[in-house]
Amino acid sequence: MSGETGRAMIEVDKLNVIFGLGADRVHAVRDVSFRVPEGTTFGLVGESGSGKSTVLRALSGLNPDWSGRVAVAGQAQKPRRDKAFYKLAQMVFQDPYGSLHPRHTVDRILMEPLAIHRLEDPERRIERVLGEVGLGPDFRFRYPHQLSGGQRQRVAIARALILEPRILLLDEPTSALDVSVQAEVLNLLQRLKQERGLTFVLVSHNLSVVAHMCDDLAVMNHGVVVEELAVAQLKRREPQHPYTRQLMVASLGYDRAAVDRFEDFAREG
Amino acid sequence: MSDKPLLAIEDLHVSFPTRKGVVEAVRGISFSLGREKLGIVGESGSGKSMTGRSILRLVSRPGIVTAKRMEFDGIDLQRASAAQMRRIRGQRISMVMQDPKFSLNPVMRVGEQIAEAYRTHEKVAPAEAKRRSLEMLKAVRIRDPERVYRAYPHEVSGGMGQRIMIAMMLIPDPDLLIADEPTSALDVTVQLQVLAILDDLVTQRGMGLIFISHDLNLVASFCDRVVIMYAGRVMEICDAKNLDAAQHPYTRGLLNCLPRIDSDGRDLAVLRRDPAWMEHGL
Ligand SMILES: Nc1ncnc2c1ncn2[C@@H]1O[C@H](COP(=O)(O)OP(=O)(O)OP(=O)(O)O)[C@@H](O)[C@H]1O
Ligand SMILES: Nc1ncnc2c1ncn2[C@@H]1O[C@H](COP(=O)(O)OP(=O)(O)OP(=O)(O)O)[C@@H](O)[C@H]1O
Ligand SMILES: [Mg+2]
Ligand SMILES: [Mg+2]
Repeated sequence: MSGETGRAMIEVDKLNVIFGLGADRVHAVRDVSFRVPEGTTFGLVGESGSGKSTVLRALSGLNPDWSGRVAVAGQAQKPRRDKAFYKLAQMVFQDPYGSLHPRHTVDRILMEPLAIHRLEDPERRIERVLGEVGLGPDFRFRYPHQLSGGQRQRVAIARALILEPRILLLDEPTSALDVSVQAEVLNLLQRLKQERGLTFVLVSHNLSVVAHMCDDLAVMNHGVVVEELAVAQLKRREPQHPYTRQLMVASLGYDRAAVDRFEDFAREG
Repeated sequence: MSDKPLLAIEDLHVSFPTRKGVVEAVRGISFSLGREKLGIVGESGSGKSMTGRSILRLVSRPGIVTAKRMEFDGIDLQRASAAQMRRIRGQRISMVMQDPKFSLNPVMRVGEQIAEAYRTHEKVAPAEAKRRSLEMLKAVRIRDPERVYRAYPHEVSGGMGQRIMIAMMLIPDPDLLIADEPTSALDVTVQLQVLAILDDLVTQRGMGLIFISHDLNLVASFCDRVVIMYAGRVMEICDAKNLDAAQHPYTRGLLNCLPRIDSDGRDLAVLRRDPAWMEHGL
């Protein structure tokens, strides 16, 4: 696995996240460990509700309630992060609507991180990043509710890119995009990875996107990683765990009869 | 499919006056729907969501909607009174919105929202509404329906939010369901399980389904017919199973952009947009 080589940019060791109490208690992430070498892309796939976004939120410092060890760029991380961390790592959220301020224009949304980090030449940066995500200058002074779903998602991606971070934590970054814009965004991400050696963690339900983008991946089910594999193994269609194999069958498309044969892999491991 | 369509749309236009001029979101589209699964695919911003919303008269101000004809089961949707529209929205046509969590009330428990939506249309006791709501959560494969019933929207995952919306929209047993990217946040297994529920409602109960999605393979394998939109216009309408063999250069372009599981990691093909597509729709 390519995860054996290269300096680790991200190391996660026995990460646990628990929400709620009593009957509402959820052990959302159980003993999850992985490492991501610098300049590679690590995929997280798995069941809806299995804890993928929760892992990313712990990594990005958004949810301080976790236990275990998280190290980024060689530094062990405390639950809360400082300003410098966000210059190093940015997150694209799964739910672009919720993550954009409803009463701020696209321009202001992109200006804010630039102002916080006092970056020079904000005009040029905004224009360039909007172009990179395929939004023309017409969109610059619109509000989120004046955009389509995919246009909002592109604003969220632009906001993460504008600080030129070395790590991007991407939660379903192209799920609301049509396949042509998806191809443009994925090509952009690949180019940034090659040119600037960026490191990505990518959550996606689309196994083809994962195969295209990632070096290694972890498959989650019910809070645990059931299997970690190199993308080459995925491409050769030789995952070990039955849940991963079921995902591969399901990704072939809709087949009413196949659905009835799906199994539930609850609470194992 | 019976010969009289469930829904007929003719020459639909949606536009938004803005400071920088008029944005024409939908530019004269026509299609009809029987008791079938109709997919709508196409460019981001091409007007798919606005098309869905106009059917329910949910395009918000300052949007302007006009059409030669918008008819649902013999009802003229443009002439229907506000009260009539409310009844239609609650009981006969449901829409699963593209941003599920945004459509939920953030300070109210998820289960109470489903139960309340049910009780505004059906005279049932609170306990019965709760029982039905839990049953629906279970039907959409929510693992711990009791906990999720008590959860607030920010406490559920992206895919759980989508399933909660689907549950809420299916409770009134609609004749037409408009589902806007309803399963984009679901893993492929749960996605197909949820689609199987919708499929069964179409085949067994004769529901009509408009399924807006970016997932071409899914639409090709799930739907009966597909409408392909670009810049507010319909480029072509084809049988879903023949999507692979679609002729229009835009559709062909879309198919070429898809990553494949045996990808060699090289750049994906991107679309070269032909200005002529802007001018000629079906
Ligand atoms: N703030 C919270 N309070 C309580 N429970 C939460 C909270 N956030 C997440 N959870 C629970 O943790 C579990 C994992 O959620 P998470 O959002 O990480 O799933 P996911 O793998 O990203 O799923 P999806 O693919 O549907 O987005 C779910 O059961 C969810 O209900
Ligand atoms: N209030 C508004 N003011 C101006 N333009 C608007 C407004 N609301 C929507 N639009 C524009 O209308 C067009 C169609 O939007 P719509 O939401 O229908 O797109 P869509 O096909 O659903 O795209 P996506 O796949 O990205 O969700 C978009 O270009 C959008 O920017
Ligand atoms: Mg998630
Ligand atoms: Mg839309």
